[in-house]
Amino acid sequence: MSFVAHLINGISLGSVYALIALGYTMVYGIAKMLNFAHGDVIMIGGYVVFVTASGMGLPPLAAIVISMAVCTVLGVTIERVAYRPLRGASPLAVLITAIGVSYLLQNVALLVFGSDTKAFTNVVTMPNLELFDGQLIIKSVTVVTVIVSIIIMVGLNLFVKRTKLGRAMTAVSEDKGAAQLMGINVNGTIAVTFAIGSALAAVAGVLLCSAYPSLTPYTGSMPGIKAFVAAVFGGIGSIPGAFIGGILLGIIENLSKAYISSQLADAIVFSILIIVLLVKPTGLLGKKILEKV
Amino acid sequence: MALLETKNLGISFGGLRAVNAFDISVEKGQLYGLIGPNGAGKTTIFNLLTGVYQPDEGAILLEGVNLTGKRTIDICKAGIARTFQNIRLFGDMTVLDNVKVGLHNHYPYSTFEGIFRLPRYRKVEKEMNTKAKELLEVFGLESYADYQAKNLPYGQQRKLEIARAMATEPKLLLLDEPAAGMNPNETKELMETIRFVRERFDMTILLIEHDMKLVSGICEKLTVLNFGEVLAQGDTQDVLNNPEVITAYLGS
Repeated sequence: MSFVAHLINGISLGSVYALIALGYTMVYGIAKMLNFAHGDVIMIGGYVVFVTASGMGLPPLAAIVISMAVCTVLGVTIERVAYRPLRGASPLAVLITAIGVSYLLQNVALLVFGSDTKAFTNVVTMPNLELFDGQLIIKSVTVVTVIVSIIIMVGLNLFVKRTKLGRAMTAVSEDKGAAQLMGINVNGTIAVTFAIGSALAAVAGVLLCSAYPSLTPYTGSMPGIKAFVAAVFGGIGSIPGAFIGGILLGIIENLSKAYISSQLADAIVFSILIIVLLVKPTGLLGKKILEKV
Repeated sequence: MALLETKNLGISFGGLRAVNAFDISVEKGQLYGLIGPNGAGKTTIFNLLTGVYQPDEGAILLEGVNLTGKRTIDICKAGIARTFQNIRLFGDMTVLDNVKVGLHNHYPYSTFEGIFRLPRYRKVEKEMNTKAKELLEVFGLESYADYQAKNLPYGQQRKLEIARAMATEPKLLLLDEPAAGMNPNETKELMETIRFVRERFDMTILLIEHDMKLVSGICEKLTVLNFGEVLAQGDTQDVLNNPEVITAYLGS
């Protein structure tokens, strides 16, 4: 029974990774850049909920909506100020800027909220699920996390595949120049991508902090990196890939912690990434890149 | 009034004068050819007309409206659409979706309506589908609708590029070497397609081409470009018999 419990916890953690990875993969897929500040947007999302819910006493749902709005504005602003001027610059310059933005957000949070750990109150207030006469207890936040991330993954996939803006995103990801000549506003499309990715980051932040109720300015950084691993693992640029990558990563991490060693868990996670990339360089669901000779 | 008019258009890249004092006047409904040796500046002119490059001097007028200095998307909205020398379809998207990208600006609904799949989203998407399928049918591509664009045969990809450009509802269609890489049969079919587009949509077409058979077969007027300057301009047969043009192409 404990195996099932570990597995479920893994899926729960994996769902959070999946949500973060969706943001990574969307931005990479469309703007072709790695937004390393994504993890820190999650941390900001967490603090906004902390301030509005625990501090000002707003109901959790209102706090989440405010947090999503703040993160959306933050994401779009970061894109406008830091990344848009570098469009057409070398990918390395953009990457370094993203790392810079990441440190900026961490240090601003440090300045505003201090370095002490804030106790985050769980926003999911439903009773836990008890199965098999209480032998298996599934926390309500686990259930909510899994359901929310599945809904978001499916919704996002439908949005990209079935709507005009989704098509514009795909077109921009394939050929910015041609998309522009077909009348598509490339900058606007990329801004919307950042808006959606950052709104998802806020949701991920709330769920992450509800499951692991401590909040520091560095809360987002490790999950951010792991979600990036998850996105690469699943095939960066692919929405279902990010989801599967996230879930698998969560399961692997939790089972390693439970059965091998909690110190080694991260090492195992990253080793698996290396092995997957050696065998399948484009990730599990990544596109094959054909080279014509 | 001419549909497209350029006055004294010029651009330099560093020390290279790529286009100099370029004047052209294309009447509505005309099939106009832009020819010249490699490197003469033909594609540069297309890039100027579509706002990919901004001219150093001169003006571009579409139906008398000055488009100089406008952004690419605004020029697309104003009614200039183009295809590319090397095909630039959205290869991983379906044939139908490629056309729907072209329809983007003519079927409005907000992102919000898209995310929450509100009634207007469903209605507009349905209209887009119908319109896109109609266009594919016009170009005889309806049986490929669900193919990935990159899997189409070469000649059909060229056709799809024209269909996608037509989806933006242009007043002027720019074709950049539409016959490049085609065999004689495909070229013949392409000539029919171009003629057909002109008749069916009452379209004005400006095309760059090296294939003289195609040029003399369908173009009514020609401009010959050499080293960024206009070498000759006028009715197709006159231009092609011009000794200067023959020298530029074949050497003296």
